[in-house]
Amino acid sequence: AVVRHNVVCEPSINSKRRRRKRRKVKKEEESCSVFSRIKSFCVTHVTMADREERRFAEVSRDSIKLMAESTGVDLADDVAALLAEDVCYRLREAAQTSSQFMRHAKRRKLTVEDLNRALRWSNVEAVCGYGAQDVLPFRSVKEGELFFVEDREINLIELALATNIPKGCAETMVRVNVAYLDGKGNVEPQGTVPTAVQTLSDDLLRYYQQVTRAILGEDPHLMKMALLDLQSNSKIAALLPYFVYVISGVKSVSHDLEQLNRLLHMVKSLVQNPYLYLGSYVRSLVSSVMYCILEPLAASINPLNDHWTLRDYAALLLSHIFWTHGDLVSGLYHQILLSLQKVLSDPVRPLCSHYGAVVGLHALGWKAVERVLFPHLPAYWANLQAVLDDYSVSNAQVKADGHKVYGAILVAVERLLKMKALSLSQSAEGGANAQPGSVAGSMGYRVSSPGLSPPSEPLSETVLGIASHLQAGGAGCPWEEWSPVPLPAMYSELYSFFGDSLAVRFSTGPGFGSYPPCAPACFREARKEPLGPVANPDTARKMPQLTANLNISPRQDGSPRTDPPPPSLAATGAGRSLARSSSVQRSRSSSSRSGQRSAGLSRDVFPKARFISSQSGPPAFSFVIGGRQMGRRCQGRRPFQTTFASTSSLPANPPRAYAHKLPVIGRVGKPVRRWTSSHYSLYLPL
Amino acid sequence: MAAVQGNMVDAKDEADIKTEPVSDGFGNNHANDARLLSASPGSSAAAGNSKPAAGAPEDQQTLLAVLQFLRKNKLSESAEILRREAGLPEEVLDLKGGDSAGPGQGGSADTDGGDASSLLSRVTVSTPGGAKAPTKAGEDQPDVNVVLSAYSQQGDPALYEVYYSGLKKFIESVLDCHRAELSQVFYPLFVHMYLELVYNNHESEAKAFFEKFSGDQECYYEEDLRVLSSLTKKEHMRGNETLLDFRTSKFVLRISRDSYQLLKRHLQERQNNQIWNIIQEHLYIDIFDGMPRSKSQIDAMSGSLAGEAKREANKAKVYYGLLKEPEIELPLDDEDEEAENEEGKPKKKKPKKDSTGSKSKKQDPNAPSQTRIPLPELKDSDKLDKIMYMKEATKRIRLAPDNLPSICFYTFLNAYQGLTAVDVTDDSSLIAGGFADSTVRVWSVTPKKLRKVKTAADLNLIDKESDDVLERIMDDKTASESKCLYGHSGPVYGISFSPDRTYLLSSSEDGTVRLWSLLTFTCLVGYKGHNYPVWDTQFSPYGYYFVSGGHDRVARLWATDHHQPLRMFAGHLADVTCTRFHPNANYVATGSSDRTIRLWDVLNGNCARIFTGHKGPIHALAFSPNGKFLASGATDGRVLLWDIGHGLMVGELKGHTDTIYSLRFSRDGEILASGSMDNTVRLWDAMKAFDDLETDDFTTATGHIHLQDNSQELLLGTYMTKSTPVIHLHFTRRNLLLAAGAYNP
Repeated sequence: AVVRHNVVCEPSINSKRRRRKRRKVKKEEESCSVFSRIKSFCVTHVTMADREERRFAEVSRDSIKLMAESTGVDLADDVAALLAEDVCYRLREAAQTSSQFMRHAKRRKLTVEDLNRALRWSNVEAVCGYGAQDVLPFRSVKEGELFFVEDREINLIELALATNIPKGCAETMVRVNVAYLDGKGNVEPQGTVPTAVQTLSDDLLRYYQQVTRAILGEDPHLMKMALLDLQSNSKIAALLPYFVYVISGVKSVSHDLEQLNRLLHMVKSLVQNPYLYLGSYVRSLVSSVMYCILEPLAASINPLNDHWTLRDYAALLLSHIFWTHGDLVSGLYHQILLSLQKVLSDPVRPLCSHYGAVVGLHALGWKAVERVLFPHLPAYWANLQAVLDDYSVSNAQVKADGHKVYGAILVAVERLLKMKALSLSQSAEGGANAQPGSVAGSMGYRVSSPGLSPPSEPLSETVLGIASHLQAGGAGCPWEEWSPVPLPAMYSELYSFFGDSLAVRFSTGPGFGSYPPCAPACFREARKEPLGPVANPDTARKMPQLTANLNISPRQDGSPRTDPPPPSLAATGAGRSLARSSSVQRSRSSSSRSGQRSAGLSRDVFPKARFISSQSGPPAFSFVIGGRQMGRRCQGRRPFQTTFASTSSLPANPPRAYAHKLPVIGRVGKPVRRWTSSHYSLYLPL
Repeated sequence: MAAVQGNMVDAKDEADIKTEPVSDGFGNNHANDARLLSASPGSSAAAGNSKPAAGAPEDQQTLLAVLQFLRKNKLSESAEILRREAGLPEEVLDLKGGDSAGPGQGGSADTDGGDASSLLSRVTVSTPGGAKAPTKAGEDQPDVNVVLSAYSQQGDPALYEVYYSGLKKFIESVLDCHRAELSQVFYPLFVHMYLELVYNNHESEAKAFFEKFSGDQECYYEEDLRVLSSLTKKEHMRGNETLLDFRTSKFVLRISRDSYQLLKRHLQERQNNQIWNIIQEHLYIDIFDGMPRSKSQIDAMSGSLAGEAKREANKAKVYYGLLKEPEIELPLDDEDEEAENEEGKPKKKKPKKDSTGSKSKKQDPNAPSQTRIPLPELKDSDKLDKIMYMKEATKRIRLAPDNLPSICFYTFLNAYQGLTAVDVTDDSSLIAGGFADSTVRVWSVTPKKLRKVKTAADLNLIDKESDDVLERIMDDKTASESKCLYGHSGPVYGISFSPDRTYLLSSSEDGTVRLWSLLTFTCLVGYKGHNYPVWDTQFSPYGYYFVSGGHDRVARLWATDHHQPLRMFAGHLADVTCTRFHPNANYVATGSSDRTIRLWDVLNGNCARIFTGHKGPIHALAFSPNGKFLASGATDGRVLLWDIGHGLMVGELKGHTDTIYSLRFSRDGEILASGSMDNTVRLWDAMKAFDDLETDDFTTATGHIHLQDNSQELLLGTYMTKSTPVIHLHFTRRNLLLAAGAYNP
């Protein structure tokens, strides 16, 4: 039979006669109520109290009259007043009784059910239809201060014939966990919730099981399928923590190269999945990958195991994660560098760990090699040499490993030389592009220093700020005094180690040799040029273009990433671009650091010599900070400009003198931090 | 009033017990039955003796009231027995019966008509009000009018403020040492004056009076003041429970003699009759000799609905010692061990020589005699369980402040219907939850699943001689991790396992207590008696008896094979919110919304102790394992510790920020664990709290203890849950702490 007519739930008159939570209302004059019993309460019509401050609700006489009218009874004023007062009292009484039910149900929230019970026990008809858990939206009518609960019509037919029948809610169950052991601490750290996998929806749970089984299972075809899906599935965000947890299991399978490999592939798939926002899980993933790179895995005891490939792959993966997701976790780059450096400087570590550190640095780009590996090389070389020179039979295995490390170092430094040479030549011909690292030059938002680069101490401190993690934990590497070694020096040093093994050759003639000294000068020249645009306050608005350029900086840094990231700041979402920009900023700042250093910006360890040698330009410099601050700190800050007319006795003036003035240039509040941010914000799009 | 009620209840109890042989034909527990009965005549004889001796007209009236009540409820046989017992002439019954026909009908019309009077007023009609019913025949709500009439005196309403502020000025001007004591008068005086004004229809004056002086009252009376402020009309006074409490009971104040003299002299000098009348009529001033108490001492003890407990109320001797455990020879030889293993009990290690179990305990001088309350005999399975218990006890971890227990949390997931009560069996093998959707669910915590007994037809096929008959009767097809028990028609507010794990009790909003079998997972009995929501129930530590308490302000003692209560403990002025058995099963403690705790003697139904000091309804009680102390937790977030023997408050543990729903002592009593709505479990150093006690003679004599504020020293740890209120705590036999609650996302 076909149901023909629409059965529609009429909002009954009764349902409108609902008393709702007590409201402050106008109270009429006193009168003695003779009504001892009120059957239905109502509070639809409510006016705010205007008389006295009372702690409970009152129902106005008007409401009562309205209610009566809706049922067809005409009430006299005095009757309504009496009724109103009594209704109020009964309401309060019911509320007091109902709170008892709430307390015994061990709840904090008073429910309609509680009130109904109270009503029932005092022989009053319960109010039906408000049992739902969700809040009732109160609506108000503009004229007349009328509040009511929306009572929508429900199409029963539709409801009855609906195909999406909701499942019953999950079964009530009891789960036990050891919350505190011997009265101490949470045994189960927050976040690791493998047991909670069971609380996922069935589909997800099945997917999770299938995928993990396929990846860690025997069938390579299945594995490939699973990895592909992991890479492209858009609906697995909820499972991310669990996958991350699975991946963190690398530590327990360090004897099984195959499994390690699979887990790394899993990392890769997750990283490549465009629908996943990894968030702080990046840190966990990175630590798993680092484990594969650096740890003397149990699998590497057997020389037949090719753990070298695993380390290479992991290193590649690391750089991939870093370049694509490094922005999600602040300070990640430096943490990675730090741990790599630590391993490298630890002679107790086995050679395979050192190998991992070298390939890791190599994968992170030539800057990393220059910063960490190169300064460390002389110290390390002695150890390696000892290994390589030991021709005893017992040493054969170690020596083989040593050769591996040697090879890795060689590859790394060759690339370093190549890139450095390339960057120098670029800066030489680019003019505006003084240093690829400091993209600053390209647009002119930066410190411009004719003759005297702003040797601001706070500035240089902030530049060092990032590296200062490294300083703190860095074993033996004098970061503070680190300054880029000019290419020829570097080359000659490396040549002393590797001899003709170096594939990159430079002439050691004067032409080339004289080149580096001129680089800072060129650079300085370049910096002077864009003064014009700087003066224009509108330049701030051009910044998006600028950042589009900036995005490419990783590649210029020599990142292993082959194609430049899409310069699509406008295209991507604001949030994402914001996050991105921070990575850009970081990578840029780390690279610009070298640029600025080369311009003599290092701390006053060698200041005099540098300044004296570079005193050539007019003794004045202008300093421009433009653009808006990134983030919420200081939005929409206008660019401003300060010009110093420098005194003639400038050479005698130590750069420190300016350090005192610089905070004033920025903001008065917290000079150093301001400087930090303003310096960073120079090139930021937002 | 309390005395009158007590007598009445006694008489009623006797009647109930006497009718048992007639009405109750269960043969299950015959031995126990007989013992119970043999005990009860003794008590009733004692009570019966006292009555004719008292012989006061008041008592006569009470008896008549009870007689009438019995007749009204068609319990003519009981009435007859009572009449004979009391030695009343037969015509009394008839005469009064005829007389009371009016009120009887009136009462029924009352309930049928469903007057707006609140539920409580009806309770009072049937219980304490019943006492007065015969004397005031013809009124529809006799009790209310009786009490209200006390307010009918007409003073000049305008002068009330003057009176009150005059007294206020006086008290503010007295010496500091007296001021704190005399300030106690403010609150009851304020309330009664306000009510007088309201009763005499001086609404605006009443309001003004309230506005002016309500701010002066102690903050812990806020709740009551709110109720009071909502009441502005004479009509409202009818059937307001808080009011009834105020009128039916005298507010008790403890004041030193000096301070009292001061007050008396002042009032008489000023001819301040209005206030003096109120003090005379509505206040009970318990005068003691000695130093006036300090403000903090007073604050510690006050806060209850009807003031402090009278000192006499806590004078009775309480046998708080433990009963001697029956000697059970421990089967230490390996054969028994193996036999047990075959039964599938999870025992792997061989038990060590048990030293603690075999220590021969001398009879504790404070313990009641072994047979004071007849207890069920031990069954074989109980003995087996005792053995298990002793074995476990040898592996118990000795807790100390530096060796805190581990905590396991049982989280109820998907409890959308609302978890309202939890209980865990003593051996921690089963956990049960009571839910707001009227269901009770039982889970097995061990791998052993829950099974039903086979059907009758299948049971017939079983070889009853076989050794493993207990195993064979179980139906493996029904094995499951949890079972759901349906039967209640309202939220289940209290549940309790029997000590032998074969029964489960549940109390519900529907006014019944139900007994469930954990063998068949069906309901065996529904105990009807409360008629109003039953907030809590608990089995006695020896099984068989259980206690329940509810909205009708009465706690009842039941035996599982009696469908009528054996005792009714009446005296609380508001709902009985929680009930606990003393470890020796001779006493029952009840906590109430009137913010007092009472200890009742199971033998004679007397109230042996009244503890005041909480500032909110009490929701958790726990006896220390040695039976000497009681801990109580309330909505005010404080745990109070009581010495039962001396009737003293001995400690105050502050720290929780919300209602405390569960309290539990560790098995050896070193640690007190408290679980609260504020999502924390806190551990307290109970040993230290009880050791630091100074009990000099003065303190014992007056009951005035000076509490040092050392909550922070006693707090051993605070443990957060993950958004889960802790509603039950349990120490396993090895002192692992189990906590339970429903996850509230």
